[in-house]
Formats: sequence, C-alpha cells, structure tokens
Amino acid sequence: MNIVSDLRKAIKELLADKKIDLFIGWEKGSLPLSATPLFITSEDEADRAVFDITCGNNLSIYFTKDRKQFADKKVGIAVKGCDARSVVLNILEKQIDRENVVIVGVPCHGVLDKKKVLAKTDGREVLELTDNGDTVTVIGKGYELSFDRSEILSSSCLACIYPDAQEYDMFVGEPRAEVPNENRLKEIKEFEALSTSERWAHTREEYEKCIRCYACRNVCPSCYCNVCFVDQNDPGWIGNTCEFTDSIIFHVIRNLHVAGRCVECGACARACPMDINLLLLNRKVAWEVKDRFGDIAGLDINGKPAMVDFREDEKQDFIMG
Amino acid sequence: MKKEFTPRITSFLCKWCSYTGADLAGTARLQYPTSIIPIQVMCSSRVDPVFLIKAFLNGSDGVLIGGCHPGDCHYETGNYHARRRFAIVKSVFDSLGLESKRLKLSWISASEGPKFARVANEYTEEIMKLGENPTRKSIFL
Repeated sequence: MNIVSDLRKAIKELLADKKIDLFIGWEKGSLPLSATPLFITSEDEADRAVFDITCGNNLSIYFTKDRKQFADKKVGIAVKGCDARSVVLNILEKQIDRENVVIVGVPCHGVLDKKKVLAKTDGREVLELTDNGDTVTVIGKGYELSFDRSEILSSSCLACIYPDAQEYDMFVGEPRAEVPNENRLKEIKEFEALSTSERWAHTREEYEKCIRCYACRNVCPSCYCNVCFVDQNDPGWIGNTCEFTDSIIFHVIRNLHVAGRCVECGACARACPMDINLLLLNRKVAWEVKDRFGDIAGLDINGKPAMVDFREDEKQDFIMG
Repeated sequence: MKKEFTPRITSFLCKWCSYTGADLAGTARLQYPTSIIPIQVMCSSRVDPVFLIKAFLNGSDGVLIGGCHPGDCHYETGNYHARRRFAIVKSVFDSLGLESKRLKLSWISASEGPKFARVANEYTEEIMKLGENPTRKSIFL
C-alpha cells in the first residue's frame, strides 16, 4: 500500500540522517486482528513497519510508562490523530521534550475493535484479515466473511473529528484538519436525555461487569502516576474487591484524573475484557470540559491542560449562597 | 419514639476563610445546626475528589466545600482550581445518576460568620428534604 511504503521511506530517511535514535511504530502482529508495537534503531528494519486498520495501539504510552528508557534519546513516533493529541499532552505535562520527539503523522481511517469482529464471526478464530478500504474481509477455518468498515470500527473512531495529527513534524500523505462528524455527540446526547434513575441503572449494569484487571488504566496514555491511587494502601482509598462499590470508585476517580486530559482514543474500551462502555463517561467528561472551559485535550501545544488552567470569570452556576 | 433524622454533612473548610468564618459564627453565638462536621483543610483545592467519595462511603448525607471568594485565595489561585474540579465532579455525579445535590461548594470569607450560619441552615434543610443518603445502603455498603 502507498501509505505503508511512504511511511517506511520516511522512517528510513529519519534514521539514515541520524535525526532520531529510535522509531516507534507498528508491525504486523502475530495475531491477525492486532498489530504489535515496533521499536527500530536501524534503517534496515524499517520495512517491518506497517499501518492499517489493526494499528489500534496508542504508542505515546511508551513516553510516560517507560520514560527512563527514552531519557536522552531522540525518538520518532508514528501517530494517528488521537495519538498525536496524547503526544502533545505528554509534552505539555513535561514527560518528554518537544525537541526530542519527531512526530510522524499517518492518515487514519479508524481502527478496528476486536470484540466487534469476534461478535461477527460468532467467536470463531480469525486467521487472516484483509483491509480493502471500504470493506474488510476476514478469513478463518471454513468461513470467509466480508463486512462494511464502519461495522467493526472502534466506537471512539465512529465519533472522531480529528482523525489526523494536528501537531506533526512529518506527515505521510495529506493531513486533514477537523472533519465534521454527525455522530460526534449522538451517544452523549442520548445518554443525557435519560432520567436519573435510568442513568443509575445504566451505570450499575455497566460497571458491575468490572473485574478490576486495570487493563484500562495500563493502556491509557494519560494514566501514568508512579503509584496509582488504587495501589496505595496507606491511606487505602479503595477496597480490593471487584464488588460494584469498589469498582465504581475506581472508575469515577480514574475518570476525574483523566478529565481534560482524555483524548478519546478509545484504548480503554478496546482493552476491556468485559466490554464495559468506558468511553461514554470519558467522552461525557471531555464534552463537559469543552463546553465549560472551551478546551480540547492535546490540540494546542502552547496551551495548558484544562484542569491546571483557569479563567477568573468562569461560569459558577453551582455555587451556594 | 421515632428518632428524628439528623443529617451528617462533612464540610471541608479552608483554613484561611471558611474555617475562620465558621469560628466567627461560633464566637458571635449564631445558631446553626449540628449536622455540619467541619474538617479543616489548607485550601479548598486540597480537596481531592476521592475525599468526597470517601465521605459518602463513610455515611455522609452531604458534602460541603468552603473556600475563599474568587481572588481572595491565600495561595492566590487555589480556589479557581477547586472550582474547575468541582464542576467536573458534579457533572460526573450527574452522569452516573448519583445525586449531585448532595455536593455543594460555597465561598465564605473569614468575616462572613452570618453567611456561614445561613449556608449551614439552608443546606441542612435541603438535605433533610432529600432524606438519608440512599447510596449509603445500596452501593456504598
């Protein structure tokens, strides 16, 4: 594919010119439905890099979770729109210097949600996946299915308005600015229209499934405290069971910790083994932040994350007395 | 005899304004309900959202955060941050279907003893109308 060869060429140039010491991208995964993160230091390896519908990983997590490894290195990173916003956020939060990172944007048309594919194949193993643009074909033992791309895209991608990086050093192909999307707020508006008791029922139904595996936390580019509040035991803020009481506290607090920092990449929802709709609350909070403070996380490299900033004349309709 | 319901309102009061305001209400012998349980914090922005949840977990019927008026913060900008944070906490409580009426933020300065008494009275009345915190029984053990 055109994009892939251009991407490989860009990586080769960057590594050959010694502009970067390391490149982080994706390579074909050992399983057909997910690409594997790729780390390369020499240009001969650049041909391993790929980019397609399976490249769901938000690679910016390596800047925060493995930051010691990248201390004095110049790193090139391949980013989709949401990943680019994460990288910008990491720069704003001083996790990595802007000079030490070369952002290579790739044109994204959405990434797949494994759970949606497996629901289509009735849980049968998928051996091969081909991305034909508008349709996607999966082949397994004794079957071949073809479906519309939109049917298997991650729900975050269906509501995405920034598919391409807004901050980049190089772009493979033509970057798009904001793309209008009629589904942007559909889910949130529907949810807001529910009554309090219906919302509570929804909350219970969703979060009761949680098994506290912390996959959502580990995969989140914005979650990188050295000691997470759930792992603290003095003071122990939260019990260690996966009862609803404990798991709801975990999710509420995690949500508040990523408020104004969530880039809506959907990595949490895709990583969740119990298929909890984690994105809904995240997107609701992101929308609230946009609505009240006018900030969209990770768009403005000269700005500040919403929750460390303030304006003196903010709306304070909730103040008592 | 039926025991009358007395709400428990955990109040996080900032040391420089609201706590001193509460002190003034006391020294001025103003009447306010015993439902207010004051906890002194150094600034309203010291109140981590986890405190609020922990307060509900331990059986509070309401939570009140008291801070300096905007522009008066002892640490200059603490209450602005508290205000942003509070707006988001309230919205998350709403989205989950919890009663966000049980969360209040109020600006009370050190000289506003009467205001503290008024806020305490009004809030207690409001909580009395809402009744005991249902989440105390249903989710928060």
